[in-house]
Amino acid sequence: MIGAALAVLARDLRLALRRPGQVLQPLAFFAVVTVLFPLGYTPELDKLRQIAPGVLWVAALLASLLSLESLFREDAQDGTLEQILLAGQPLAALALAKTAAHWLLTGLPLTLMAPMLGIALGVPASAMPGILSSLALGTVTLSLVGAVGAALTLGVRRGGVLLGLLTLPLTVPTLVFGARATELAIAGEGPSGALYLLAALAVLAVTLAPLAVAAALRIGSE
Amino acid sequence: MDWTWFHKFGSPPHVYRLAGTLTPWFAWPAGILIIAALYGGLVLAPPDYQQGDGFRIIYVHAPSAWLSTMVYAVMASAAAVGLIWRMKVAHAVAASCAGVGASFTAASLVTGMLWGEPMWGTWWVWDPRLVAQLVLLFLFLGYIGLRSAIDDLGRADRASAVLAIVGVVNLPIIRYSVEWWNSIHQTPSVMKMDRPSMPMDMLAPLLMMLLGFTLFFVAVLLVRLRAEVLRRERGAAWVKEVVS
Repeated sequence: MIGAALAVLARDLRLALRRPGQVLQPLAFFAVVTVLFPLGYTPELDKLRQIAPGVLWVAALLASLLSLESLFREDAQDGTLEQILLAGQPLAALALAKTAAHWLLTGLPLTLMAPMLGIALGVPASAMPGILSSLALGTVTLSLVGAVGAALTLGVRRGGVLLGLLTLPLTVPTLVFGARATELAIAGEGPSGALYLLAALAVLAVTLAPLAVAAALRIGSE
Repeated sequence: MDWTWFHKFGSPPHVYRLAGTLTPWFAWPAGILIIAALYGGLVLAPPDYQQGDGFRIIYVHAPSAWLSTMVYAVMASAAAVGLIWRMKVAHAVAASCAGVGASFTAASLVTGMLWGEPMWGTWWVWDPRLVAQLVLLFLFLGYIGLRSAIDDLGRADRASAVLAIVGVVNLPIIRYSVEWWNSIHQTPSVMKMDRPSMPMDMLAPLLMMLLGFTLFFVAVLLVRLRAEVLRRERGAAWVKEVVS
């Protein structure tokens, strides 16, 4: 089972690295959305610093969501998904592996990029550890919750819009705790309380979401 | 133990007839209770010493808010039953719940805003309960959206059932997180009315209204369930007999 999961993970990573454009798109999207806020609001760093947590988190949320749409789509189109379903391995474990690949290719780069965008929004350097750890934990939950939505909307008309409608309400807790941790980090207070809650959400998502993804994939392929 | 009574719920004609028989038993008490509670709430109950007559909207607002959550729970339970025992009628129940639940959620939001404008001086405050209610509305809309986007009925049933169950796991977490979110940002002073315990002549109509609304929901659910069963079984012979 672990071998099969690792094989799926390695395959997804290899496929993505042969087409680096797709990996870079969510990152570029993240940067563009963040840059739009100073243009639409104000260039004053003091004011931007106040809205920085919300901007960073909403932009990361949307970037993660956009990349999720194609999580299972290509595999469903070229028949790989059927082979995964027929593999005789626990589907939840393989779904978790696919989601882990998605996180490594989207969540982790988004996290690493956030400090740069944070500087553009006037975030002090002392807040960077808090921002990095909160996004690292939060994007895990976002990938997993989004994977449930992506599996449910697989092969559905206007799947992208629907994916947003299904997934965004479910990401409210992550957004709340994540933005709060970022805000505390910027204010120079300890963000650990919010980080623990983010970690709890991530653990819950790792435990339960793969089961829901597996159920949704089975339903979608019937 | 004899399980025939349970298996009978899997039979659409049986459920169709049963729902038809039961509807008046819920609809009439619901109507009588709601009319009595309206009289009690709008005429007999004294005006509130702070809010005057404005408080009376609670007789619509509180039952709607209570039902919005309950309908989601009923919907998710029915969806789980349908998913686990592959019971088509349970999926029909879940499908019939969604529209009613969304309406109750919207009603609670609208009545809350109508009350908020004169009482707080604004239509909307970012209060945790309002936000949680709004998210609940989005969950209902997502459920309806997913159901309508999938053409194959069996697939739509099961996919939306998974969504309903995921939603029910998330709902308490969402509620908790928005409480935490606002309690740290600011304490809403407008909401801090230490409400003295309601006198009986105000409370009794409210309780009657709660019961009346609940019975009303069951009656509406039964009517919608009959329509949903007919729509799903439209090719079956028994439907032709019933309709003709």
